[in-house]
Amino acid sequence: MSELSSPPHPPGVEDALALGLTRAEYELVCEKQGRAPNQVELAMYSLMWSEHCAYKHSKKLLRTLPTEGEHVVMGPGENAGAVDVGDGMVCAFKVESHNHPSAVEPFQGAATGVGGILRDIFAIGARPIAVLDSLRFGEPASTNTGERARYLLDGAVSGIGHYGNSIGVPTVGGEVYFEAPYEQSCLVNAMALGLARRDRLVRSAAAGLGNVVILFGASTGRDGIGGASVLASAELGGEGEDAQEKRPTVQVGDPFEEKKLLECSLELLERELLVSLQDLGAAGLTSSASEMASKGVVGIDIDVAAVPLREQGMEPFEVMVSESQERMLCVVEPANVDAVMALCAKWEVNGAVIGTVTDTQRMRILRDGQLVGDMPVRALVDDCPLYELEPQKPQQPLYTAPTATLSAGTGPAETLLALVSSPNLASRRPLFEQYDAIVQSRTVRRPEQADAAVLALPGTVGGARGALAVSIDCNGRRVAADPYWGTVGAVLECASNLACVGAEPLGTTNNLNFGNPEKAHIAWQLSESVRGLGDACRALRAPIVGGNVSLYNEGAAGPIYPTPVIGMVGRLPDASRAGSLGFARSGDEIALVGPFAPSLAGSELAKLHGEALPDGLPEVDLAKAGVALEGVRDAVRRGSLSSAHDVAEGGLAVALAECCLAGSVGARIELDDAFWEEIAPVASGGRSLSPQAALMAALFGEGPGGFVLSGASAAIRELGARTRVLRLGTVGGEELVIATTGANAGPSSGPSIVTTLLQLDEAHAALRRLFP
Amino acid sequence: MRARVLIRPKAGILDPQGVAVERALPALGFAGAANVHVGRLVELDVEDPTQLEPMCERLLANPLVEDYEVQLLDGSS
Amino acid sequence: MKFGILQFPGSCDEVDALDAARRVGDAELIWHAERDLKGCDAIVVPGGFSYGDYLRAGAIARFSRVMESVIAFASEGGLVLGICNGFQVLCEARLLPGALLPNANLRFTFRQVDLEVLQADTSFTCACALGERLSIPAKHSWGRYYADERTLSDMDAAGQIVLAYAAGENFNGSLRDIAGVRNEAGNVFGLMPHPEHAVSELLGGSTGGLKIFQSMRMAVEGVHA
Repeated sequence: MSELSSPPHPPGVEDALALGLTRAEYELVCEKQGRAPNQVELAMYSLMWSEHCAYKHSKKLLRTLPTEGEHVVMGPGENAGAVDVGDGMVCAFKVESHNHPSAVEPFQGAATGVGGILRDIFAIGARPIAVLDSLRFGEPASTNTGERARYLLDGAVSGIGHYGNSIGVPTVGGEVYFEAPYEQSCLVNAMALGLARRDRLVRSAAAGLGNVVILFGASTGRDGIGGASVLASAELGGEGEDAQEKRPTVQVGDPFEEKKLLECSLELLERELLVSLQDLGAAGLTSSASEMASKGVVGIDIDVAAVPLREQGMEPFEVMVSESQERMLCVVEPANVDAVMALCAKWEVNGAVIGTVTDTQRMRILRDGQLVGDMPVRALVDDCPLYELEPQKPQQPLYTAPTATLSAGTGPAETLLALVSSPNLASRRPLFEQYDAIVQSRTVRRPEQADAAVLALPGTVGGARGALAVSIDCNGRRVAADPYWGTVGAVLECASNLACVGAEPLGTTNNLNFGNPEKAHIAWQLSESVRGLGDACRALRAPIVGGNVSLYNEGAAGPIYPTPVIGMVGRLPDASRAGSLGFARSGDEIALVGPFAPSLAGSELAKLHGEALPDGLPEVDLAKAGVALEGVRDAVRRGSLSSAHDVAEGGLAVALAECCLAGSVGARIELDDAFWEEIAPVASGGRSLSPQAALMAALFGEGPGGFVLSGASAAIRELGARTRVLRLGTVGGEELVIATTGANAGPSSGPSIVTTLLQLDEAHAALRRLFP
Repeated sequence: MRARVLIRPKAGILDPQGVAVERALPALGFAGAANVHVGRLVELDVEDPTQLEPMCERLLANPLVEDYEVQLLDGSS
Repeated sequence: MKFGILQFPGSCDEVDALDAARRVGDAELIWHAERDLKGCDAIVVPGGFSYGDYLRAGAIARFSRVMESVIAFASEGGLVLGICNGFQVLCEARLLPGALLPNANLRFTFRQVDLEVLQADTSFTCACALGERLSIPAKHSWGRYYADERTLSDMDAAGQIVLAYAAGENFNGSLRDIAGVRNEAGNVFGLMPHPEHAVSELLGGSTGGLKIFQSMRMAVEGVHA
C-alpha cells in the first residue's frame, strides 16, 4: 500500500450513499482497496459502479442478444459498432440517450447528446455522416403539462439542430412521440452513423508499457460535477450559494470545438500516430482512462496537474469526474508525441501529455507527482456487482388510460382527419426543417420522402452507386401493452422501413429506456423486451452491434412506457433506385401487400378514444413478415414500383393518406370482397362486429406486416408469388376516396371516406400551429 | 482599464428577437413592457481606451446594422 | 478553369463546393492561413459556421490571411462567389453591400426554394435565361438580407440584385426578397441558398445550382451565352 496524500475530511459510508452506492457496494469497495477509499477513489468508484457506467441491472440480460453476423466488423463493447458495407468500407453506428440532462436543460442536454454520440463514431476512426433523433415528451395540448412538453420539444430540436448543423453532419431522420407517461421523464435519444475504411478502424485498448497518454480537445471545467459535490473539501466552501455556482450540473456543448476535434482525430489516425483512441463522455476521464486500461489489461498513471483547466482551484476528484465536453484521450508512442502536438496546434485544440501506460494494472491518480488515488483497474471496471432482475408481470395496469380526444361514435372521414392531425401523426416538417439534412452531399432521400433515410456511398460498383439506409423506431405504448410483441414490432418496423427503400438490414443498435429495474414489474418489462429484441433480430438476421441502456426513467406519477428505441442500418446496391413513399403517377395501381392483420388493440385510434392499454398484443408470424418484407425490397430494387410505404401508426387509412400527401395526388380506394374476406375476420378479432365497427377496425387497426405499394399492375401481381396481395385501387384525382364495393357495400351506398388533398394537408400541418 | 461595449440593433431594422421577447412577457404575467430590443454585450480589459472605438467599428459591431455604446468601468469588476 | 474553395475552421460545405466545382473544372481547397491563391481563376467562399459564427456570422473569418489575398484578387477583377456563410463573410469584408441578419422566424430553416434570375448577364448567371427559375436548397439561421433604402434603390438601378426568392419562398424576411447580389463591378457575387447542393439528380433532384458554376467558367473563358 502506498502513501497517499488525503484531504482533511476522508469520506465515509454516508458520502458513499449520497453518491449513489449501496452500503454493500461501499463495503465491497473497501474490500477491493484493502482500506476505506479516499475522496478521489470514492468519486471514481461511485461513477464506475453507477448504473450508467456499469450496467449493473442490465448486463446479464444484454448478454442474451445476438451480436454476430456476416456483416459485423465490430460488435458491442467498443465506442460504436460497425458493419461491412462493401468496397473496403465499414459503417459505424450507435444510439445513445441523454434523457436526464435534457429534462433539466433541453437545448444543452440534446446538443451534448448529439456531441457525445458523434465522438463515439469518430473515436473508432469513422467520419460521422448522419444523425437521427428519437424523442418523447408529454402531450403538447394538455392544459397542465402541455407548455412544458412544448418547451422541452422546442429546446431539444433547437439543440440537436444547433449541434448537428454547426458541425456539418446532416440530421436525416428521426421520430417524436407525445404520451402522458413521458411528461416528467422526457426521452432524448440520438443515433449517429459514420464511414471508415475497414483497415483504418481503431480500438480503444491502451497498450505499450511506457507509452504516453494524451488528452486533447477543450479545456476541463466543472461541467456535470453537480452530484459529486458532496465530496468537496471544506476550503472550497462545500455548502452555500457560492459553491452551487461553481459546480454547474449542466454540460454545455460547443460544436465548433468538436468540429476541430473531429478533423484533428481523423488526421491523427490517417497519419497512424495513435496506438488507441477513446472519447470522454459520461464520467469523463475516470471512465475513459479506466476502460482503456481495462481493455488493454494494463495500468495507467494520470497527473491531474497536467490537465489543461479553465477553472481555478479544481480538486483532483473534480478533474477526474468533470464532464466537460469535446475531449478525447489517446495513447501514443513517445516517438510520436511531437507530431501529435503539432497536429493539435494546427487544428487549434489543446493537447497535453497527462499520463503513462504502466504494467501495474492499477489506475493511479497523481497531483504534481504526489499520489492521490490508487485503485486496481479490474475493481473499477469489471468487479462492479451485477444484479439479477426479479421480473414479475404486473397484476394491475401500470398506466392510466389516455385522455379521450375523439368520441367513439365518430365516423371514418372525421376520424381520419383527427388521426392525421394528432400530435403523433401530424407532419414533423416544422421540426425537421430546423435540421440541415443535406450537408456532405450524400442524402438521396430527405425526411418525409421515404420510410427510411438514404445516403449514397462513395464510389461505384458495376456502374451503380450503392447507398446506406437507416431508420429509428419504437412505439412505447405498444411495448407497454406487450413488452415482447411490442418490441418485436419495433424491430420489424425498422426492417420494413428499410425494405421500402430497397435496403437489406446489416445490423441493429438499441437504446433501452425503462423505469426502475429494481421494481419487479419494470424488471418484467425489461426482460420481456430484451427477449423480443433478441428473437426479432435473430429472425431478421440483423444482429446488435452496440447500444445503450437508460434506466430509472420515472417520476412521482409513475414510469415511462418501456421504450426500446431501435436503430437499424441497411444497404441497397443502387442509390438511383431508392424507394419513395408518395404516390407518383395517376393510373398506378395501389395494393396492400403482406400478412397485415389489423387490430385496434394498442392503436392510435384506441388512444384518441381514451381506451386503456390492452393486456397483450396479437402474436406476429415473423417468418411470414420476413418473406413479405424481402418481396417488397426486391420489387423496389428492380425499379418496378412507383412507391412503397409501410403501414404503421394510424393503420391503413392513414398510410394511404400519407402516400397521397407525399405525392400531392389523390387516390380512389375500393375495398372489394377479396379485401373483406381477408381483413374482416382479423380486424374483428374473432368477435362479431357491426359493419361500421368492422370498417373502423380495418381502416385504422394496426400491426406489422403491411405495405401500401403503387405501380404497374404487373409488377404488383408478381409479389403474389411470395406473399398476399390485395388490390386496393388507383392513384389519381385531388381526393382520397375510400369506398366498399361488392357484397359488403352497405345499404347507404357511398364512400366511407372522401377527403380533399387540401383538407388532408391542413390536418397534417397541425404541429405548425403549436410552434408558430 | 475595464470597458464594456453595448451593441444594439439599429433603430428601424426589424428586431425579431426583441419582438419575440416582447410577446413572451405578457404571456408570463408581466404587463406593460414595450419597445424591447435584444443586443450583445462585450466586456474587456484594455490598456489604451482610445482603441475601443476602432475595435467597435472594425470587429465588435457591424456599423451598417448596429449601434454601439462604450462604457469605461471605474475600478475592476 | 480552376476554382479555389476557401476552408476556415468551422466551414461545413467546402467539400460539397469542391465536388460541385469539379463537375465544371478543376478545383482545390485553400486553407485560411494561406496567402497564396494558387493561380485559381475564381474563388469560392463556402457555407458553414466559420469560427462558430462567434460574434457575428463571418465577422472573424473576414480578417483571415487568405481573405486579405481574396480582397486584393477581387480589387483586380477576380471572380469571387460567396455561398451562405461565404456571403456573410463578403458583406463583413465590404466586398458586397448590405448585411445578413437573423431570420425573421428566428430559426434555422432548411428548405428547397425557387429562385428567380433577375439578371442573366452577370459572370455568375450567364448560363441562365432571364426570368429562369432555379430550384436550390437554402439552410441557414442568419439569412435576412438588409441594406438601407437608398442603397437598395441604387443597387436595383444598377442591376446588382441578381437573384430573388420566388413568390412565397422568402422565409427569412430578406428585403425585396433578395437572395443574391453582385458588387458594382460585377466580379463579386453572394447568395444565401446553396448552389453546390443542386448539382445532381440523385441528391435532391435539381441541377439548377450547376448553372452558377458553369456561368463562372464561361465568364473566365470568355464565352458568352
